[in-house]
Amino acid sequence: MTRLALDGDAAIAEGVRLSRPRFVAAYPITPQTPIVERVADFIAVGRLDARYMATESEHSALTAVVGSAVVGVRTFTATAGAGLALMHEIVGVASGNRLPILMAIANRALPSPWSLQTDHSDSMAERDMGWIQLYAENCQEALDLVIVGYRVAESVRLPVMLCIDGFFLSHATEGVEVPEQEAVDAFLPPYVRGSNHLDPEHPMTLNQLTSADMFTELKYCHKLALDRTIEEFPVIGAAFGVSFGRPYSLVEAEATEGADLVLVTLGSCSGTAKHVARALRAQGKKVGTLKVTAFRPFPRQAIRDTLAGAKAVAVIDRSWGLGSDGALALDVKAALYGAPNIPVYDFIAGLGGRDLHAGTISACVDRALAMAADGTTQDGPEWIDLRKEVPHE
Amino acid sequence: MNNATSLIAHGLTTCEGCSMEIIARNALDVLGKDTIVLTPPSCSAILTGFGWETGWKVPAFQSNLENIAAYCAGISETLELVGRRGVHVVAFAGDGGTVDIGLQALSAAVERGHRFVYICYDNEAYMNTGIQRSGGTPIGAWTTTTPAGKKEGKKDIVRMLLAQGIPYIATASVGEIPDFRRKVEKASRVDGPSYIHALTPCSTGWRFKPKDTVTIARLAVETGLWPLYEAENGVVRITKHIKQRVSLAEYLKAQGRFADITPEQVAAMEADIGHRARMLELQECEGGMCV
Repeated sequence: MTRLALDGDAAIAEGVRLSRPRFVAAYPITPQTPIVERVADFIAVGRLDARYMATESEHSALTAVVGSAVVGVRTFTATAGAGLALMHEIVGVASGNRLPILMAIANRALPSPWSLQTDHSDSMAERDMGWIQLYAENCQEALDLVIVGYRVAESVRLPVMLCIDGFFLSHATEGVEVPEQEAVDAFLPPYVRGSNHLDPEHPMTLNQLTSADMFTELKYCHKLALDRTIEEFPVIGAAFGVSFGRPYSLVEAEATEGADLVLVTLGSCSGTAKHVARALRAQGKKVGTLKVTAFRPFPRQAIRDTLAGAKAVAVIDRSWGLGSDGALALDVKAALYGAPNIPVYDFIAGLGGRDLHAGTISACVDRALAMAADGTTQDGPEWIDLRKEVPHE
Repeated sequence: MNNATSLIAHGLTTCEGCSMEIIARNALDVLGKDTIVLTPPSCSAILTGFGWETGWKVPAFQSNLENIAAYCAGISETLELVGRRGVHVVAFAGDGGTVDIGLQALSAAVERGHRFVYICYDNEAYMNTGIQRSGGTPIGAWTTTTPAGKKEGKKDIVRMLLAQGIPYIATASVGEIPDFRRKVEKASRVDGPSYIHALTPCSTGWRFKPKDTVTIARLAVETGLWPLYEAENGVVRITKHIKQRVSLAEYLKAQGRFADITPEQVAAMEADIGHRARMLELQECEGGMCV
C-alpha cells in the first residue's frame, strides 16, 4: 500500500487502473477530464492493458462502451453535467441490457445558466434509469468505490455511476491510500461476460424491440437486480473492509440514536456535516448524521431503521428539486412514510458550485430544530443559502 | 443464394418488393457467418425482429438511431482486443440514420479508422415511420412532410466521406446485384472503415408497383442519377459506364412521388447529373483524389 497526494479525479483513475478494465471510451468535459487524461496516460505507458477510444461526443463514448461490454470485457467511462445529459438515451440502454459498466461522474450543474461547478442536477436527472448510483464523500472513497463498484456491478449485472462532487472532490487534493495490485486482484475477480453477448459462435439478437407482452417482465427483472444490490452491496463493502481496512455500507450513520436532529447528506458535504454535528454534540446538542453512499437503489430499510430513533430529520439537497422537493428529501420522506411521525425538513443548498460550508449546515440545523420545537411543517423545501440582497423576481 | 443456407430467415414482414431486404440477404451471403450486424430503428429493424423472433442467424444488436457507427466502433475494437479480428462488424442503416441523425457518429468512426463495414440502404426518406423527408430525399419528391415536393436537393454523403479519406467507399444499386456483392467482398477485406451506399427503391414510398423495384433501380443508374463507382484509398473508379444516358423523364414518370415535380426542379436534377458525371470522369481519368 502506498499513500499518495491525489485529487478525486486522480483517485478515480488509480481505482480504474487497479480494476483492470480492458476498454475505455470518453469525451473531455470539465471537471471530469483529468480522470480520463490519467487513465489514457496509464494505458499509454503500459500500466493499464486496455484500449482507449477518444470519441467525438459523450453520447458516442457511452455507446462505444456499451458495444464493448456486449462483446464482453470490463469497461470504463466518465463524464459530467451536460455530457451526462447527452448520454441520457444510452444510460437506459446500458442498464436495460444489464451491462456492468462503471462510469465516474464529476458532478456538474446542468445548464442553464451555464456552470462549471458542482451540484447533483446531472446525476439526479438519471436517478430512475436503473443504474446503481454511489456518492463518494472524499478522495479515498472515490478510489475505493471504483473497486467496490466493479465487484457489485459484475455481481448483480448492473452499471454503476460513481459520483464525486466537481472541484470540491475532483480537484481537491487529499492523502489517499492506494492499494497494491495483488490485493485488488484478490478482491476483484477477472471479468466474466454475461449470458447476453455478441459472438458468432453463439448467435443471438440483443436489445430487441419488445412488445407489451414482455416489456414489463424485463423491467421487473431489472428491478429485482436493484433489489439484490441492496443485499449485496453491504456484503461486498464489508469484504472490502476486511481486505483493505475501510468497510463500506449503503449508508453511514453517526450518533443518530435518540438524536434531536439527524442531518441526511450526499457527497462531499457529508464530511462538513459530520464536523458541524460533532461540534454541536460537544456543546450538548444531540445532532447526528446520515450519509447516503448508495442513492440508487435507495436503501429504504437502512434509512428507516437509522432514523427510527430520531426526533427530526434535516435533508440537504444539492440539486434543484424544481417543481417538487429535493430528490434526496423525496426519498427520505417516502422511506419514513408510515413510520412514527418524524418531521423531515428539506434544504436546497450548494447549487452551481456554491460552497456548502459549515455556516450553511449550521443554519440548516438551527432552522430545523426551531421548526421541530414549535411543530412547524415545511410547505416545500427551503433554499437556505440564498443571497438575500439579490432581487429574486 | 437459397433459403436453406441463407443467414437471414425467410418469411420476413418487409413490404412487397422491398429492396432493402434483397440488399441485406446478398450482403450477408457474401460476408458469411462470422459477422455481427447492427440495425437502427428503421426498416432494417424488421430483419432484427420483434419480441421472441429475429430474422438474423448471425449475432445482431438493435442500435439507437444516431449512434450505430459508435456501437460498431466499440464492438470492433473489443473484438480485436479479445483476438476475434476476423469477425465482420456491419452497420445496416437507412438514409435518415446515416446522412441525418447518424452523420456525427459515422464521420467520427471513419475518422478514427475502426474496422467495420457500413452499408447504407437508401430509400430516400424515413420510410419506417411512414415516408417523411430526409436529407437523402431528392428534389421535387413528395413525402408526407413535403406534401408539395422537396425544395432542396439530395445530400451527397459519398462525396463527404470520400473527402474524409475513407479507405474504401462505393455506391451500389439493388438493380446491379453482382456489382454490389463484389463491393461488399472488397469492403470486408479493408483494414479500416468501409462504406457502401446502395440505392434501394421503395415501392411503398416512391409510389410504384412492387414488381418494378429492380426496373426503377436500373433506371436510376441508366439515367445517370445514381452513378455506380468506388474509391479505394481515394482513387475513384467508375464501375458502370453509361454511354448513352436514358432520359431522366423515364425515371421520374415511373414513380408517383414525382407527380408534381416542376420543370425547374427537373432541370436542376439534370444539371446535377451532368455535373456529377463530368466530375467522376475527371476524377477517374486523373486517377486522383476527390474534388
